[in-house]
Amino acid sequence: MSKRHVTATVNGDPVEFLSDPGTTLLDALRDGLGLTGSKEGCGSGDCGACSVIVDGRLVCACLMLAAEAEGRRIETIEGMARDGALHPLQQKFLEHAALQCGFCTPGLLVAAKALLDANPDPTESETRYWLAGNLCRCTGYDKVVRAVMDAAADLRQARA
Amino acid sequence: MSDVIDRPPARAGLKVIGTRPVRPDGADKVTGRAAFGADFALPGMLVGKVKRSPHAHARILSIDTRRARALAGVKAIVTAADFPDLASEEYEAGEGAANLRDLSQNCMARGKALYDGHAVAAVAATSAAVADAALSLITVDYEVLPHVIDVEAAMAPGAPLLHAHLFTQGLEETPQAPSNIAARNELTRGDLAEGFAAADVVLEGRYVTAAVHQGYIEPHACVAAFASDGQSQVWSSSQGQFMVRTFCAKLLGLNASDIRVTPSEIGGGFGGKTTVYLEPLALALSRQAGAPVKMVMTRDEVFRATGPTSGAVVTVKLGATSDGRITAAEVELKYQAGAFPGSPVVPGSMTALACYDVPNFRITGWDVVTNSPKVAAYRAPGAPISAFAVESAMDELALKLGIDPIALREKNAVRDGVKAAYGPTFRNIGYVETLEAIRDHPHYQAPLGRNQGRGFAVGFWFNIGGESSAAVHVGEDGSATVVTGNPDVGGSRASMAMMAAEVLGLPVEKVRPIVADTASIGFSMLTGGSRTTFATGMAVTQAAQKIVADLKRRAASIWDVPVENVDWLDGAAVCLDPAKAGLPPLTLAGLAARSAKTGGPITAEVSLTAQGAGPGFAAHLCDVEVDPETGHVTILRYTAAQDVGRAIHPAYVEGQIQGGVAQGIGWALNEEYVFDAEGRMENAGFLDYRMPVASDLPMIEAILIEVANPRHPFGAKGVGEAPIVPPLAAVANAVRRAIDVRMTELPLSPPKVRAAIDAR
Repeated sequence: MSKRHVTATVNGDPVEFLSDPGTTLLDALRDGLGLTGSKEGCGSGDCGACSVIVDGRLVCACLMLAAEAEGRRIETIEGMARDGALHPLQQKFLEHAALQCGFCTPGLLVAAKALLDANPDPTESETRYWLAGNLCRCTGYDKVVRAVMDAAADLRQARA
Repeated sequence: MSDVIDRPPARAGLKVIGTRPVRPDGADKVTGRAAFGADFALPGMLVGKVKRSPHAHARILSIDTRRARALAGVKAIVTAADFPDLASEEYEAGEGAANLRDLSQNCMARGKALYDGHAVAAVAATSAAVADAALSLITVDYEVLPHVIDVEAAMAPGAPLLHAHLFTQGLEETPQAPSNIAARNELTRGDLAEGFAAADVVLEGRYVTAAVHQGYIEPHACVAAFASDGQSQVWSSSQGQFMVRTFCAKLLGLNASDIRVTPSEIGGGFGGKTTVYLEPLALALSRQAGAPVKMVMTRDEVFRATGPTSGAVVTVKLGATSDGRITAAEVELKYQAGAFPGSPVVPGSMTALACYDVPNFRITGWDVVTNSPKVAAYRAPGAPISAFAVESAMDELALKLGIDPIALREKNAVRDGVKAAYGPTFRNIGYVETLEAIRDHPHYQAPLGRNQGRGFAVGFWFNIGGESSAAVHVGEDGSATVVTGNPDVGGSRASMAMMAAEVLGLPVEKVRPIVADTASIGFSMLTGGSRTTFATGMAVTQAAQKIVADLKRRAASIWDVPVENVDWLDGAAVCLDPAKAGLPPLTLAGLAARSAKTGGPITAEVSLTAQGAGPGFAAHLCDVEVDPETGHVTILRYTAAQDVGRAIHPAYVEGQIQGGVAQGIGWALNEEYVFDAEGRMENAGFLDYRMPVASDLPMIEAILIEVANPRHPFGAKGVGEAPIVPPLAAVANAVRRAIDVRMTELPLSPPKVRAAIDAR
């Protein structure tokens, strides 16, 4: 089994790595690049803990082959805070106590960022359905939904 | 030092307790820096994997590992033969006793595989691919045996027998033959026949719940490194690093002192991480391979080989007078234990009638082994199951008598001074207050539409105290570090820092809490039983109080006044000596800077056994809408009131309540273990084992009732478990009122609801 050479952009930086044909993007990020912020909760695309954004699209990194990342632009939780400042979503998660164990949090934040990139003014229902691909067993989602909607409001105000 | 404080300080005097600061570990968790079980790595680390039984019940005739051992890259293979064959011994190491023989055989099957997914061998190899290949080269010769999973089928005479050595305990006479019934327990009071004779109405019901999993999103994971000098280290995700150390030592025949366990961040536990599965295997593999071994479960393995909690059958008979006074109650509970004894039927029995002042009752519990994974603790173990039965029955009683369901509970409510059904006399409980809070909430009077119903139910959980240790170190810059031995699952580091900050008079940001490894802090029982904020919080508070006493002594020495003339106010020593009026206060930072000349480093450690945990009571109100076409149940609105003693960090207390409610809703509506005819789990993944997602739930309103616990320095009671107790019945009672049919078997999945509607 020969390894494949992959070149991609992760959080704005060029990266290259070798991967087996069967290696997932999640394994490449976690084991190859040391970016362990994306989590594996199921390995079958059902929990969303490995959510990343690939060329602007929200995907489960466990369902994408590493080789498919060739030439792609990948955003992970590690790239969300910029220049030492937390993203408003991260800040609102902290203020609203929207995490308990924190294991699903990176995936929820990445998914929420993709939501706000696509829809800056989501209703509660839109927020809940968008985040339906991200399992959280601790919070009952109440504070998560509030945090996302509050961050959306702040971001709208900042843009206005 | 006494752990009894007569009266917690009034809320008015508190500066930090009751506020909502950002949690100290928050930034790590929103940036992906926080390191969970699978995030840890060591140089030269091997990958460990487990071969599991595909049969629900089978004799293991032989295991041939020769071809696997010959595979390049395979460094170690272990089976039961590599572990000591332990005698049956109960060992107290956490929330309850564990039988070491059973624990060992659950980690690695010995002689028989007792459930689909039971570990039979483990390998360590240089890569995951090689490890997988090695697993497929291990040949296990099985003699497949008849299996039994249903609890009543397992109790029946002639049922397939799991353990030839299992003789029912708790019967008047020890039986002559083994059976799957591990134990019977009983609680009684008064005269049952007299109680039912005094009743105007008698109701009977049979209630069934499915086995459900804790469903933490982080699979079990660990790294173990066994060194040639016999010293070993384990990094793992668990609810208790000391529990991991003890069990690894016992299962491998090692000295506990030779094992150092470092807790990782833990991605949810809910009781499911109060035992070991991988750690002893990883240590045994590492010992054989001479290299560190990392093991991470797949989700399939988590479902098939860990958790869950019991499926159960509970019958309830209630007698009451026409004005709603309960005269007698008879409850029988049959709980699956899984492959080894130890279902939560005892706490299920003890909590069954804990909310009620009943003069005559008999509660009988049966602990039954079945060919399914050994159950693990799950949030208020056993209580949601018995509450589902009793609270459904109470709702039927309210309907039959035409009495408001909250009024019916109030009429029979336990209060201070009432002897609980499980023994002790209640003190400082806030149960009636939770009933009143729901009764007086606008939700209770809000109009309902077509196909909608409103359900009410209550719940109880003991909460525990136990052994905890904490240290407080003052830094030279005037900051403080709080060290405890309790993994933080839901934000407990925040409450630890807040309690220390309150006592020291520091802003909470100046206090950094950490969770230490087993070599760096005194013994602490695991995080469970809703004990951490109560018991470990007590140790933290007392350690901070020792620091304050030390700082006052140092200030007195600097000022050359008696220590009685020094007070501690807002983080500084204040001189009360009239002869020295006008001296500026000595701040904690100022005293810390001079510590070398006033007695050395400023540090204190407290270890204690906390007693007097206040019990938790919860009252829940749920609105549902049932789609008559599909049978789908939508949760429209949910309000939960709970006596929390005093909320240290109210946002995380609300979070506990909201999370417990969500788990209870999943249990009520969707979640269940589904087995095929061969006893294999059919839905071992999150697609088919459907836990609630964001779009399944409304906002969940949490009402915090604060009836302070006088045994805690700030009045706290445990809060984490009580909120999962009422939802099963609250949902079922709402469905009952929406469709006018009592559904008695969980989950209330669409096909079942649709069938119930069609049959009415």
